[in-house]
Amino acid sequence: MKELRLMKGNEALAEAAIRAGADAYFGYPITPQSEIIEYLMRENPVERTGMIVLQAESEVAAINMVYGAAGCGKRAMTSSSSPGMSLKQEGISYIAGAELPCVLVNVVRGGPGLGTIQPSQSDYFQAVKGGGHGDYKLIVLAPATVQESVDYVKLAFELAFKYRNPIMILSDGIIGQMMEKVELFEQQPRLTEAPEWATVGKKPGRDSVIVTSLQLQSEEQEKVNLRLQAKYREIEKNEVRYETHLCEDAEYLFAAFGSCARITRKAMEMAREKGIKVGLIRPQTLYPFPVDAINKLAGQVKGILTVEMNAGQMVEDVRLAVNGKTKVEHFGRFGGMIPSPDEILNALEQKIIGG
Amino acid sequence: MAENLIKPENLVYEKTKVLTDRVMHYCPGCGHGTAHRMLAEAIDELGLQGETIGVAPVGCSVLAYYYFDVDMTEAAHGRAPAVATGIKRVFPEKTVFTYQGDGDLAAIGTAETIHACNRGENILIVFINNGIYGMTGGQMAPTTLPGMKSSTSPRGRDVATMGNPLKITELIAQLPGTYFVTRQSVHTPGNARKTKRALKKALEYQKLNKGTCFVEIVANCPSGWKMTPVQSNKWMEENMFPFYPLGDIKVPE
Ligand SMILES: Cc1ncc(C[n+]2csc(CCOP(=O)(O)OP(=O)(O)O)c2C)c(N)n1
Ligand code: SF4
Repeated sequence: MKELRLMKGNEALAEAAIRAGADAYFGYPITPQSEIIEYLMRENPVERTGMIVLQAESEVAAINMVYGAAGCGKRAMTSSSSPGMSLKQEGISYIAGAELPCVLVNVVRGGPGLGTIQPSQSDYFQAVKGGGHGDYKLIVLAPATVQESVDYVKLAFELAFKYRNPIMILSDGIIGQMMEKVELFEQQPRLTEAPEWATVGKKPGRDSVIVTSLQLQSEEQEKVNLRLQAKYREIEKNEVRYETHLCEDAEYLFAAFGSCARITRKAMEMAREKGIKVGLIRPQTLYPFPVDAINKLAGQVKGILTVEMNAGQMVEDVRLAVNGKTKVEHFGRFGGMIPSPDEILNALEQKIIGG
Repeated sequence: MAENLIKPENLVYEKTKVLTDRVMHYCPGCGHGTAHRMLAEAIDELGLQGETIGVAPVGCSVLAYYYFDVDMTEAAHGRAPAVATGIKRVFPEKTVFTYQGDGDLAAIGTAETIHACNRGENILIVFINNGIYGMTGGQMAPTTLPGMKSSTSPRGRDVATMGNPLKITELIAQLPGTYFVTRQSVHTPGNARKTKRALKKALEYQKLNKGTCFVEIVANCPSGWKMTPVQSNKWMEENMFPFYPLGDIKVPE
């Protein structure tokens, strides 16, 4: 049954994992996302659905537990925040290389280093450009609301199994910590049948299943890479998701994702009140990126301002998409600082309209 | 005539079906090959082939999945116990083992080893201790003996600056999560048979869900040690065994 509740972002996401029919969660505490594992431990889903939850000794161990469980054809997930996500990168690369499905959640906090526990979007590059070693891609979903945090968990498991690829939900400390009204989807059944690529024990008459990312022969490793690249092109064709606001008559454009897009939307409304015709594009998938949509809008507007809680990361992808058609500038606050709508409007006037 | 002797009733030994026909890449005389065979025979004799999931390490045995005819996952360097934990937690009824070298298990993967054992994961950990990093060309391992030469301890391991060899098996035996801990070798037929018995016990214990079983196999690395296979076995007996004495370290009450 669908259900309406007032919930904290992290807890809603954890509840969504149970409802999405996840088989296993492995994690290690870190602010601002510890509520995910705390909620799961409290909820004890092994009794509700049979889902197992384990607190690992480190993020490194947690991602490798995910790797093991994912190789068994199970719906496995982990969550962390920035420093912990850095530790997981080798494991993520192995999972991408072995083409296993899994769901990763990064509730981003400000860095570099131990940084701050306050919200940030400074892990954009890490999420969309690979993060770990080797040529691989994650599908990156960027929720802007608690509702999207919930819905994207279900979507992430669907995409993970559709493409046999790790999926990242790139959230941040704002969305993780705030409370909002949320509609929870119905309990989904857990998987009952193991896919043929899963390690379940060798059955008579079939070869043993090997989960590996190793190919010692370069010719073979190139083939693996070509297969991965073909999959990524397919993902780019099928899975781009974005939202636009007031773009029909827009002379200027904001580009922002996640929590920052909500603040930017307020700035857009304030600009409209002043008679500035500005719209907003909010990528919901950061990879695949809405290249075509942005390129099309670039032909219509006089300039684009990306608003990010980082020193300028998505702006690079916007520039690539725009390909010189119009001016692209970045406005950001970082290190845990959150931009105000006033600041954003001011940046639009200074950097795009006046500049 | 030899043909007359080839009859099923005269068969005294054959290769276990749990080993594939692939030619192993191990150096001549290396302990890995015999250790593989003992584990494969143990799995076979207990009828566990269809329910076993193995985890290969990063090290010389990285390609173990080509030789064991069971479903296997290849883990990142040192992470096999975590990968095995993930597998065993979603498939508690399956038989799960890891097969790891000393660099993998006792250096980069120390945390995963200790914590999997401390949680008492119901898995078998097979630990090949050859006192050296075989795969990467003979560098110093956490188990390299004091004074022992390697490419990163060319004047011999100086414990004052390079630290002491880690007796991780004794350490593991202290943990309440371990159920059966033993140290064996495979350099003589008698020792190989003992190792197989230990592996069979460990696999049987896994069904009891009483905790981690840990079988160390002290092994030779002729290439890394720069010796012939015969020399290396002798050297192992004279130098490795006094430091890493063979025998059971923890047995179920
Ligand atoms: C993260 C990481 N660091 C380093 C390596 C390089 N490396 C591969 S195998 C190995 C050591 C293997 O030694 P050991 O575990 O003792 O196994 P053996 O080869 O002796 O059987 C190292 C350092 C790697 N593959 N991954
Ligand atoms: S390098 Fe050493 S451990 Fe590796 S296969 Fe050769 S002898 Fe065996």
